Formats: sequence, C-alpha cells, structure tokens
Amino acid sequence: MTIQPEAVAKVAKLAKLRLDGDKVGRFASQMDGILAYMETLGALDTTGVEPLYSPVADAVTPMRPDVAVKTCPRDKILANAPQTDGQFFIVPKIV
Amino acid sequence: MSDIIRLSLTEVRDRLARREITAQAAVAACLSRIKATEGRLNAVLHLSAEDALAQAKAMDAAGPDADKRLWGVPVLVKDAICVKDAPTTCGSKILENFVPFYDAACIEKLKAAGAVILGKTNMDEFAMGSSTENSAYKITANPWDTAKVPGGSSGGSAAAVAAGQCFAALGTDTGGSIRQPAAFCGTVGIKPTYGRVSRYGLVAYGSSLDQIGPLTRTADDAAAMLTVIAGHDPKDSTSAAREVPDFEAALAGAADLRGLTIGLPDEYWGEGVDDEVRAACQNAVDAARALGATVVPVSLPHTPYAVATYYIVAMAEASSNLARFDGVRYGYRAPQAQSLEELYELSRSKGFGAEVQRRIVIGTYVLSAGYYDAYYRKAAQVRRLIRQDFLDAFAKCDVLCGPTSPFAAFPIGKMTDDPLQMYLSDIFTISLNLAGLPGLSMPVGLGKTSGMPIGMQLFGPAFEEAAILRTAKVLGGALPKLPEPAGL
Repeated sequence: MTIQPEAVAKVAKLAKLRLDGDKVGRFASQMDGILAYMETLGALDTTGVEPLYSPVADAVTPMRPDVAVKTCPRDKILANAPQTDGQFFIVPKIV
Repeated sequence: MSDIIRLSLTEVRDRLARREITAQAAVAACLSRIKATEGRLNAVLHLSAEDALAQAKAMDAAGPDADKRLWGVPVLVKDAICVKDAPTTCGSKILENFVPFYDAACIEKLKAAGAVILGKTNMDEFAMGSSTENSAYKITANPWDTAKVPGGSSGGSAAAVAAGQCFAALGTDTGGSIRQPAAFCGTVGIKPTYGRVSRYGLVAYGSSLDQIGPLTRTADDAAAMLTVIAGHDPKDSTSAAREVPDFEAALAGAADLRGLTIGLPDEYWGEGVDDEVRAACQNAVDAARALGATVVPVSLPHTPYAVATYYIVAMAEASSNLARFDGVRYGYRAPQAQSLEELYELSRSKGFGAEVQRRIVIGTYVLSAGYYDAYYRKAAQVRRLIRQDFLDAFAKCDVLCGPTSPFAAFPIGKMTDDPLQMYLSDIFTISLNLAGLPGLSMPVGLGKTSGMPIGMQLFGPAFEEAAILRTAKVLGGALPKLPEPAGL
C-alpha cells in the first residue's frame, strides 16, 4: 500500500493540522511503513471476537446524584485563555 | 553528594518523623543536588524552589504529623500532571503558558500526605516517545552516561530519581513510559492496574491505557508512594471503587519467595533481546529460584501483534484527546489567524511537535470512514486476545517476568529519524497497558557490554500490585545493589 501525499493532506485537514510541503511528503513515506506494519493484524482471524475498548472489566458508567456543584470559577478558567473579554473566550469573527 | 540524598524515601521519611533531620534540610539537600547536576542532566522543567522551602519551613515549625505518611519528603512530578499554580506544559510548546488552577487527584493526595513538591520533570511531548528526545524544551540525559537517553516518556522523572534529585517522582505509563525509563536509569517504576490511581488532572494521551505511578529507588519506596496516590475518585469514571491495601505493610517481613510461581513468557526471552539484557534477567530469575520461587514457562502467543495493536489504539485515542488543543481556551494561539478554521490549524500546526502531529494524523486515519473497521475495530479485537493471553498465563503462575526493554539505554539521536524502529522497541511493555494490568520494572544489574542498568519486569493480575512489589523487594534484596550512577 502506498499513501499518497494528497491523502495525508486530507487526513491532516480533518485533524485541523496544516502540514507544510516537506512534512506532507515525509509523513506519507513514514505512514507507509507504519500502516503496513499495522496491517499485519489482518493475518489474524478475529471472527466472532468482541472488541475490547477499555480494560475496565465491567465497563458501566458510574452515576452520581444530580446535584449542581460549582467547581470552576470563571476567572480562573479564563486566566489561561489566549484572548478573552473578561467574560468570554474571544475568537476571530465566525459569521 | 550529601548523605541525605543517598537515603531511600522510607529512610528519609522515618528520620523526618523522628526529627533527626528537618523538612528544610531534606528539601535543601535535593535542591542542592538539582543545582549540582541539572546542567548535565536536564531532568527538570520547572522548579518551585522557594515555595518548597517555605512549605518545609512551615512544616518544621508545626512539627511532624504521624497521620501524614510522606511528611516532609521532597518529590518531583512529571509535567503531564497538573500541580496547582505550577506550569504544566506536558513537554509541549502548545501548553507553554498553561498554569492549572487545581491539583490532579494524585497531587492532592501527595500534598495531604505531607510530601513537598519540588517541581516538574521533563518528558516526551504529550508522553509520545521512548527517549525524552521529543520534549519541546530540552533533551534529558541518562545519569549513567550523559551521551545516552534516559528512556521515555517519563525520562525526566527516572533520571531525577536515579541522580538523587528527589526521593521519588511521579510518572505516567501509557505503553511503558514509567517502566522503560526506570529500566534505563536503574530505578524501580510501577505502572499500577488501570483504575488504581485516578487520572483526574492528568493531561490525557490514550485514555484507556494511561496510568500514573511512582519511580523510586526501592520497592519499599514504590509501595509507600502507591499507598498514598491510589484510591477511588468520583472525578475519574474509570477509577476503581476498591479498597487500597497498605502496600508498605504488605511488604513488611517478606524474606523469601517460597510458594511463589513465576511464569516466563516464551515470547519475552527469545530473539531480538540483547545478550547482556538476557544474561542479567536470567541471573535474576536464578536468584528468584534460589529464594524458593518455582519458575514455569508460559506463553503470551499474541505478543507479535502487540505493537501494531497498541499504536492503533494509542494514536486513535490521542487524535481524539488532543482535539481539545484548539488555541481558544488555553495554550498557544497563532497570532496571524484570520478565521476560526485558520486559528485551529495554525495554532495546532505550530504548537505541536512532529511526533505529536504524526500520531494525530495516523490516529485520525485509522478512525476515518472506510478504515475504522480494518484498523481500530480490528485492533480492539486483538486487544481482547492479548488480554486473554494474560488471563490464561495467570492461571498457571502468580507473576510473570521478562526483560523491560530488548536493550539498555541507547545513544541520544540514534533512533530519532526512524519512528517505527522506536515504536518496535516498546514490544515488552505495551501489552500490559492493553490488558490494563499492573507491572513493575526493577534494576537487576549492569549490562556486561554497555555498563548501563538493565531492568526486569514483573507483571501481576489486576489489582495484585502487592504481589509484584513483594517479589521485587525480596529479589532486589538478594541482588547486588547498583553503584552510584557513573555519568555525573
């Protein structure tokens, strides 16, 4: 299998990354090797094997009482943001 | 090196409790060692020297507290774990200015137990790497030979503990990131059972794989640390609602290994393991046998599929977890962005390093329409088979044992251009994370060829950390103690 640089650029776009020219080619050739290695799993017959997505044995979602708890003060959260007006995060104009 | 920093964590803790040394003296000894070694080691990313000394002074004024198990003990913390009001960069430029306003659950517990947090240790960016060469800030050196890597991704923590900069350090282990650097630096490192330690306040990499654990110089020290940081936390939905044993008490009086059956997985002792690694581990197994353990061969037949499975799962989870770094709420924002789309793309492309971007792209690829079943779902199926291998093996033995890494620490720069080669070196550590089981790496000697520390792993069934800690303690006591690291 050969990954074309265009395919890498497309996936990067989905991941909200912008790869410069050099990097697209380099990633494509490295991904070729890595994905080919990952495809060795295809040799293994897994018919009927239930996927395991978490090692937690009985993966039940724990419930808690539906009580509002104030955990994060707004000013502390905004303190780490690159741009705010003291009340909200500021981003470039959307509409 | 001052006498204080030669002590083990439990020794210094006991002397602190008896007021034979002050908390200020313990902190000052570590700070002085950091000052003396950091120029060559580069293990520390952020030092809270004044805060630590002020805290120690206040503690000395109040006097030791018998309810605080780590009263006055100085520790370092991997920079992936949030410590209130201390920078938490995760080794990445994208979090260069991030200062959390809360403590991770394990940090709350450490502080409540009286530990003094000295600062944050270097790591591969977002814990993606096996050498700490992927840090956006600096490359940490191995205290045994500063031309070699300390392992990774918790390389700063391992190097700091080995060099005597602190008595214990927290690390995180997604595919071996505690155990492999522990092996490379000649320290003990334990990855607890998935769910044993809360992940609340840990910057997420692979959420179904990540666990926090301690790196220390002895098994007793690891037991003391784990007893403090373990426990159920409602803020981590995967945290286990189980009693935490007093691991240190569980180790008390352990003198031999009679009644213990150790399984040696065939797949961990065959081709691809350096002779010096096999020899040192074999010698440790012989010592275990002499201490009364029964040694049996076992098989983990899906081991050859573990690296591929692991990297599919880890990269898929990483691509999802790292979507949160968008330049909006925290972290780096590209100044020149004109639109929201551009803001995301430019902030992420300039903020993340190459390895992180590579993993996000591959993770996105294996999760994308048309490929999901062939990669991600397939890997999840193989993951079940890998876990079943362990369950079958533990029907025949109490603990499993094998080398931590196929080779000792390698030269800085040797593998940076070949990511696949670097991934393949994780072969002996990653299966454990896929299965969610506990594992520990302990030093078993110096390599005959390299002169570098060799680490051996002990694996246990879920929530049986006490069994591997006890084995490590008894075995460690029977093997020759490593000398001081030679590179400093």
